[in-house]
Amino acid sequence: MGDSPAPATGHARHARRPSRFRSSGSSRGSGRRGRAQEIRPASLWSDAWQDLRGRPLFVGAAFIIIVFLAMSAFPRLFTSVNPFDAATCQLSDARQGVSGLHWFGTDNLGCDVYARVVYGARNSVVIGVTTTVATALFGGLLGLVAGFTGGAVDTLFSRITEIFFAIPSVLGALLILSVFRTGNVWTVVLALAVLAWPMTFRIARAAVITAKSQDYVLAAVGLGASAPRIMFRHILPNAVAPVIVVATINLGTFVAAEAGLSFLGVGLNSPDISWGLMIADARRRFLEAPGPLLFPALFLSLTVLAFIMLGDAVRDALDPKLR
Amino acid sequence: MAATGEPILEVRHLVKHFPLTQGALFRKQVGAIRAVDGVSFELRRGETLGIVGESGCGKSTLAKLLTALERPTSGSVRIRGREIAHARGAELKQVRRNIQMVMQDPYTSLNPRMTVGDIVGEPYEIHPEVVPKGDRRRAVRELLEVVGLNPDHADRYPHQFSGGQRQRVGIARGLALRPEIIICDEPVSALDVSIQAQVVNLLERLQDEFGIAYVFIAHDLSVIRHISDRVGVMYLGKMVELGADAEIYDRPVHPYTQALLSAVPVPDPEGRERRQRIILQGDPPSPASPPSGCRFRTRCWKAREVCAEQEPLLQIRPGTAHASACHFA
Repeated sequence: MGDSPAPATGHARHARRPSRFRSSGSSRGSGRRGRAQEIRPASLWSDAWQDLRGRPLFVGAAFIIIVFLAMSAFPRLFTSVNPFDAATCQLSDARQGVSGLHWFGTDNLGCDVYARVVYGARNSVVIGVTTTVATALFGGLLGLVAGFTGGAVDTLFSRITEIFFAIPSVLGALLILSVFRTGNVWTVVLALAVLAWPMTFRIARAAVITAKSQDYVLAAVGLGASAPRIMFRHILPNAVAPVIVVATINLGTFVAAEAGLSFLGVGLNSPDISWGLMIADARRRFLEAPGPLLFPALFLSLTVLAFIMLGDAVRDALDPKLR
Repeated sequence: MAATGEPILEVRHLVKHFPLTQGALFRKQVGAIRAVDGVSFELRRGETLGIVGESGCGKSTLAKLLTALERPTSGSVRIRGREIAHARGAELKQVRRNIQMVMQDPYTSLNPRMTVGDIVGEPYEIHPEVVPKGDRRRAVRELLEVVGLNPDHADRYPHQFSGGQRQRVGIARGLALRPEIIICDEPVSALDVSIQAQVVNLLERLQDEFGIAYVFIAHDLSVIRHISDRVGVMYLGKMVELGADAEIYDRPVHPYTQALLSAVPVPDPEGRERRQRIILQGDPPSPASPPSGCRFRTRCWKAREVCAEQEPLLQIRPGTAHASACHFA
C-alpha cells in the first residue's frame, strides 16, 4: 500500500525538478561559490539574470542592441555629418565607393551613406519599441482578462482575434496605411500594432489559463483572496514571461516590417530617413553602386537578428523546460 | 488528541455531480460524473478524521467541497453552524478564516514568484483584521518557527527549499489565520517516506498546541492509522465505513475495507504467513454510471441479489460498534 503511490509521486517530482535545477544550474558558471550562493535569496528573475550573463548568445545580442540604441538616441556620437542638412550632399559626389571620408560611400544624391544609416536607426527603434509596448499592453491585458474570466468573455475576445488573424499581414498593413494620405512613424505603428496584437493576446491568454489552474491559485482562493489580488499577484507574475519573450522577438520583426512598408512606399517618406527607404532608393542603381543598398540592409539584418537572439536567450533563461 | 466537545464541522448528504456535456454550440447534458454522492459526517474540536480510498473515489473533490473551492450540487457543509457551501462574498470570506487547506503537491502549491515570507504573510493581507499591520512580520517569523523553519529564511523563494520544507511552508500558511479546521489533501504523499514522518509528527504537534481538527485525506493506510482518531473509507463517491480507527483497523466489516486492509504490508514475517490477502477483481466502475444498489457489488465476493436491488445505508449494524454500508456486515 505504501509502495503504490511512490512511482507516481516520484514522477510528479521529477516533472517539477527543472525549476530547482535551474537555480543550481544557473550557478554552473560560478559553481565554486556554491554554498555562499545557496544562502542568497534568489527570485526567478535574478536566477534568469545569472543564467543570461553566462550566455554568449545573450552577450552578443545585448551588445549589438546597446550600440543600436545608442545610435538612435545620440546619432552625433557616431557621425558629425547631419544628413538632414541638404548642404552635406554634393551631387558631384554621387555613388562614390567606400573611402576614408565616406566610410560607407555615398548614394545617388551624393549623401553620406554612413550618416544616413546612423540617423535611420532612430525611426526603427521608435517604431519597434512603441509597437511592441502597445501590442504587449493591449494584447496582454485582453489576454489576462479573457483567460481569467473565461466563459462568454473569453469566447468573444477569442473570436475577435481570429478575425484579425484572418487578415494577411502585408495586405492589411498596406490597406491601413493607404487610408492615410502621408505615412509617418505613428501611422506605421498603428498599422503594425493593429495586426500584431492578436498574437500577444493568444500567448498571454494561454499562459494565464495555465497559471490559473495551478495549486497556488487555488490556495489563494481558499484563503479568500479577491479576484484582482489573484489576477495581479498570482497569475500575472507567472504568466508574463512568455509575453516578454514574444515581445522581444517581435520587436525585431517590427523593425523589419517598417523597412518593408517603407520600401513599398506606404511607410515613411522622404525626407524622413529609414533603412527601408534607403534600400528602396538604392535598388535601381544596385549593380553600379551596391553600397547604398547593402549597408542599410546589413544593419537591418543585424538588428533583427539581435532581437531574435535576445528573445531566444531570454526564453531559455525563463523557461528551462524548453532547453 | 482526544476529540472533545461539540461538532465544529457538520457535513450532511453532500453531493457533487460534474455534468458531462455534448455539442459545441448548443450544449446539452448527457450525464454526470458522481464524484461525491451523499457523504455525511461530523468532526469535533481537536479531532482527526482520516479519509481513505483509492484514486478517483472522490476524496479530493470532498476536500474542495469542504473548503468551498467547489460548489456542491446539493447537501450542506456547516462550520460552527454557519453554512459554507452556499455562502458568498464577505460571508464566505469570514467562514473561510476558520477552515484552511494543506495541499498535496508542495511543488505547485507555492507561488514561485513570491518569497516564503510573503506566502505565509498573505493570509494577513487578505484578512487584515487578524493581525495589525505592524505585527505581521513578527507573526510570519513566529509561524515559520512553529513549523520548524528558520525565520531568517523568510526572504527566500520556494525553489530554494526541499519538498519537506516547502510542505512546512504550506502548513504555516494554513495555520496563519488560526483556523479550527485544516483540510489536509494528501499532504505527505508527494514526500519521501522519511520526510512523511516528520510532516505527520509536525501536524500532530500543532494539533496538540492549537487544538486544530483535521480532515486528513490519504491513500496510505499506515499514515491514516497513525494520525487519525476516526477513519472514513470511501468507495466511488460514497462513505462505506466510518468509525474509530481501532474499530476500522481491527474489526473491519465492509468487504471493501477488509480488502484494503489486507493489502497493507505487515512488518512481521510470522504474521505474514497466516494472513490472507483479498485480491479484488476488476476495476472500480465508472462514476458516470455507478452500479445499482450497492456500488461495490460488482467486485464483492459476498454479493447477492439484494445488493443490486437495495442500496445499503451507512448505519450502525448489529454486532458492530461503528457505521458501515453493507447488507452482510
